[in-house]
Amino acid sequence: MYIIALKMLFGDRGKYIAMVVGVTFAALIMTQQPAILVGLLSRTYSFVGDVSEPDIWVMDAGVQFVEENKPLRSVEMGRVRGIEGVAWATPLFKNIVRAKLPDGNTKTIDMTGLDDATLVGAPSRILEGSLNDLRIADSVLVSDEAAKTQLRVKNADGTTRPLATGDTIEINDKRAIVVGKIKTTRNFVLQPQVYTTYSRALSYTPPDRKNLSYILVKAKQGVDLHELTKRIIASTGLAAYTQEDFEQHNLDYWMKSTGIPINFGISVALGFFVGAAIVGQTFFTFVNENVKHYAALKSMGLRNGVLTRMVILQAFVVGIIGYGIGVGLTSLFGLKFNDSILAFRMPPILLVFAAVGVFSIVTISALFAIRKVIKIDPAIVFRG
Amino acid sequence: MTAVICRNVIKSFPAGDDIIPVIRGVDLEVQKGEFFMLVGPSGCGKTTLISIIAGILHYDSGMCDILGHNYANMRSTQILDFRAKNIGFIFQSFHLLPTLTVAENVSIPLIINKVDRVEAMQRARNMLAEVGLGDRADAMPNHLSGGQQQRVAIARALVHEPKILVCDEPTSALDHDTGMKIMDVMKKMQQKLGTTLIVVSHDNRIFEYADRIAHMDDGTITHIETKNQ
Repeated sequence: MYIIALKMLFGDRGKYIAMVVGVTFAALIMTQQPAILVGLLSRTYSFVGDVSEPDIWVMDAGVQFVEENKPLRSVEMGRVRGIEGVAWATPLFKNIVRAKLPDGNTKTIDMTGLDDATLVGAPSRILEGSLNDLRIADSVLVSDEAAKTQLRVKNADGTTRPLATGDTIEINDKRAIVVGKIKTTRNFVLQPQVYTTYSRALSYTPPDRKNLSYILVKAKQGVDLHELTKRIIASTGLAAYTQEDFEQHNLDYWMKSTGIPINFGISVALGFFVGAAIVGQTFFTFVNENVKHYAALKSMGLRNGVLTRMVILQAFVVGIIGYGIGVGLTSLFGLKFNDSILAFRMPPILLVFAAVGVFSIVTISALFAIRKVIKIDPAIVFRG
Repeated sequence: MTAVICRNVIKSFPAGDDIIPVIRGVDLEVQKGEFFMLVGPSGCGKTTLISIIAGILHYDSGMCDILGHNYANMRSTQILDFRAKNIGFIFQSFHLLPTLTVAENVSIPLIINKVDRVEAMQRARNMLAEVGLGDRADAMPNHLSGGQQQRVAIARALVHEPKILVCDEPTSALDHDTGMKIMDVMKKMQQKLGTTLIVVSHDNRIFEYADRIAHMDDGTITHIETKNQ
């Protein structure tokens, strides 16, 4: 009877396609929108993720997200280094500054200053040049993506070209030479990212009593990181997070302080309800139009249990096919916009989330249809 | 041997606050292998009576014994199984599933009776050949004429060799010639298989096919006419 159920479903092509389209739409919205949300939110802490060596980030207690500049006095560095369990601690400068390109065009850039001695805090992927080139006078490393897009240089003939290794730019009216390109993860604020040494970064910015954005800490082997963060907080009055906790701290800020999750949540809810409405209504119409056939089958002795399983099979086949197409379309969308300005990240949990949504839709639709089928009076087959 | 025994069967339907009696104490016996016809004006209770005989409608009181089984003593699942095995149906409007081939439609009663699908399809094809549609087994129902569709319905009703065949207005949707041909097929198959045939009709052109005709009016059988009477 299950083959018959499938033939009934596939045979009514119009409704079958409408139902699959409904589920596809719901699955697409329920995966694509959250994937964009996850992608966007992951960009809020991408800078943190690019820094691989340290275990703990130390900062002003008021910092809510990584781009927020609340610098510390440099003496905090020594205090942190003196705390039991700290293997090493290095400074990190991070601030927005003004840069003038070779063509005279001015841009604001997100400048990061790395510890002069160790260069701790640099992204691991160097595409041109090397990290040690930062030891050359006036040198900076530039994000490859930014060099190709935001930092393009206008030629004399009006054409443009990417900012290249060897180009000279000015940062706050001071000379800086591009010595290489780095691969950075796109961040939320979308400022071009430029890396240099800590001391040079200070030279590019106006003098200030406080310049130290972050202290990057490596714990001694075997030291519990959460215990160490507690000791740092207790000793200094600063905030200290493990790398993972700092990422979460960033995420929490954007989740709680902005309307982004609500906006995406509304889209997802709309996808669910529109999908449910299309599938539910079409499936119910499909069952309704087959009432006489179901009644004929019942009159021939087919049990309600078998009819119920036939309806469930029909609903779940629609669900599986629609889910597959919807997730497939989302994956294609993700591939198309991979590493582009559009944020997209689809962790496996999103597939589970969409599956739960889609199968809620088909289950609800099936329940209404089953109720109808069970209540069919087989005697209606004799009523013309 | 008696296939159907009804004694003082009563059936009413609620209509708002009222109760409308539809079958008012019917007594009836149908012999095995008999071609029995129920005739009468619209609304006289013919369809309700065959629905009761077929076990798809409960009666309020009285007794209905079909092939030695009293529906009153059977659970609903037992009635379903009994019906699946022993009763075939031919409907006025065929009720063929439009998305299945002719052979697949015919195989349905066998599949309901848990016959292996391959065997069911083979038996369906054989039955279609019996009703003259062996060459249309793979066609879709909507590609057949009304007469051909009704022959498919006959094949479907008989494929599992039920002991009783219940037909509701089998010729009313067909023109005269086609209707007569359908009755010829039904009569031939009934005689070949020894099936008890109970036909509801108000088409007096087909009365000649019946062994006996029960005339109904206002929920009762007024008289029963035997062939050549």
